[in-house]
Amino acid sequence: MSTVRRWWHGVSEGLREFYVAPYRRTFARARREEDDLFTLIVLSEALGVPNPASYYTIELLPLIHERVHDWHTRMGMDRSPLENVSCC
Amino acid sequence: MNSLLLAVIGIAMVLGGYFLYSKYLASRVYRLDPEYATPAHTQNDGVDYVPTNKFVLWGHHFTSVAGAAPIVGPAVAVIWGWLPAFLWVTLGTVFFAGMHDMGALWASARHRGQSMGMLSGRYIGARGRSLFLVVIFLLLLMVNAAFATVIKNLLIATPSAVIPTWGAIVVAIVVGQMIYRWRMNLALTTVIGVVALYALILLGDAVPIALPEDSAAPLWLTILFLYAAIASLLPVHVLLQPRDYINGVQLFIALGILYGAVLFASPAVVAPAVNHNVPEGTPGLVPLLFVTIACGAISGFHGMVSSGTSAKQLDKETDARLVGYFGAVGEGLLALGAIIAATAGFATLANWEEVYAEFGNGGVGAFVSGGATIVNAGLGIPGGLSATILATTAILFAATTMDTGVRLSRFVVQEAGDLMGLRISKVVGTVVAVGVAVGITFSMGAGGDGGLQVIWPLFGTTNQLLASLTLAVVAVILLQRKRNALPALVPLVFVLIMSVYALIVQLGTFATNGQWLQLVLDVIILVASLWVAFEAAIAMVRAWRGPEITDDAETAAASASAGGSED
Repeated sequence: MSTVRRWWHGVSEGLREFYVAPYRRTFARARREEDDLFTLIVLSEALGVPNPASYYTIELLPLIHERVHDWHTRMGMDRSPLENVSCC
Repeated sequence: MNSLLLAVIGIAMVLGGYFLYSKYLASRVYRLDPEYATPAHTQNDGVDYVPTNKFVLWGHHFTSVAGAAPIVGPAVAVIWGWLPAFLWVTLGTVFFAGMHDMGALWASARHRGQSMGMLSGRYIGARGRSLFLVVIFLLLLMVNAAFATVIKNLLIATPSAVIPTWGAIVVAIVVGQMIYRWRMNLALTTVIGVVALYALILLGDAVPIALPEDSAAPLWLTILFLYAAIASLLPVHVLLQPRDYINGVQLFIALGILYGAVLFASPAVVAPAVNHNVPEGTPGLVPLLFVTIACGAISGFHGMVSSGTSAKQLDKETDARLVGYFGAVGEGLLALGAIIAATAGFATLANWEEVYAEFGNGGVGAFVSGGATIVNAGLGIPGGLSATILATTAILFAATTMDTGVRLSRFVVQEAGDLMGLRISKVVGTVVAVGVAVGITFSMGAGGDGGLQVIWPLFGTTNQLLASLTLAVVAVILLQRKRNALPALVPLVFVLIMSVYALIVQLGTFATNGQWLQLVLDVIILVASLWVAFEAAIAMVRAWRGPEITDDAETAAASASAGGSED
């Protein structure tokens, strides 16, 4: 019985991989773009753009802190554009 | 000649290639090392670089490279008789395609999974990289026009395929919803999807839809391009992903049906081995055979799939043998099936000659009608239904290629815009990409009627040109390592000579017929071909005279520059 179950599990996993893998990159990109927009919203006040929701987004700053370096290098800025967030 | 015997000989040849020649390539030429840490391990990011089971990876690789092209090419090329097409497909798969696909995988895996474009920049020079982009752009330009023409011809010739063709879109959307929204088990979803597709085929067979004869061609083309434009703008998880998946599964089913039928029916091949009685206006076998059949014998597109995606997922370097070489074997078998269907599925030689009355006339239509006769005889499925199954299969392949083709063309247009400092939106990019394809398609004849005999060889030539670039990169790497480069050099020289020869022959035809757009395209491809030859020769002489570069030195250099930018 366990052999059948293992076989079924293997087939299901194989099919899943067959379904997901060709588009993994596309989805990762789409997700990154959404995350970038979110990062921008959270950092907007620090970048000098008034943000009516900053009372709430300021709490999220520590959460996106790790992503800031990756984000600004991808946006073509070698150094962090923020005075108070220096990651490199 | 009995078709079963032909199938057995063909299968034995390509399998022999896999068991013997690929073993030689793996141990002596590429020297695949099971201990080598592949990019999937060293750069594992859970996105592009993921170590993948070799059989699953083979499945992806095969379904990514196999499409309508290995069916259309051989089905057109049997006009010269079955033997030339058979030999080119089998020998091409063994010595050209397998070596090329496996080489592209190996080269990419040894260079942090870099794409062939990046590698040509490195090994052939900065101009090599620009050349690569030009060739890819030309290929994309033609792929949409060629496949739209293929689908249009099939929809007109097989009205029973109309319902399953368009119904398959609904099936794909529902399958996508079942997976993403309702989170249903994938195996169950797959079964439901395939059953629904075959139910649509039954429905289509009962209710054929034919458009008025005089307006059918332009109407279908317009609908097709509109669909492709919309499909390429939709989020991929809604349509493209489930569509590709169901098509991948369907590919294996269709191959099983076709070969199963050949096994049971074993019809005689009615077409001549070498056709000495070709219709007037048919171009010479040499060189046109070698560009008419690109996919199925050697195709540059495989190099892009190998280096762009598959190489980043290789678990062990030795898996390149199964994924790359056996991927080419799979495609060779699809082409072999097309040859058998288009030559053995007719009652008499006269029937066959009637279908192949003009160059480009037989094509995929002959594959459908011939294949249907064999499936009917072998498996007892009614002839009309068999034709619907095969036509739907061919259309679905061509349609998914078109979906992706339009999407990629849009990216190219947007990137070109970026280079010129213009920001081009998704919609405008799609309109430009589709507009160019529509222009090419409708310029081939009144209402886009016919035209396959014009665009197909040009498409094949461009594909071969891309293969030449990949082979040149592989040859340069082998020469630098002071290994036997002949397995890459012989196919390279052969393919380049045939492409240039074919372009010159076609140049004459276009000039005589006054097909100026095609003439311009031909001249551009010709210049690119000569350029490839020139650049490759310089790079190879440099590599041959230069000092030996070992794998260890290469690995050290790669890890030293590991922080560098990726494509």
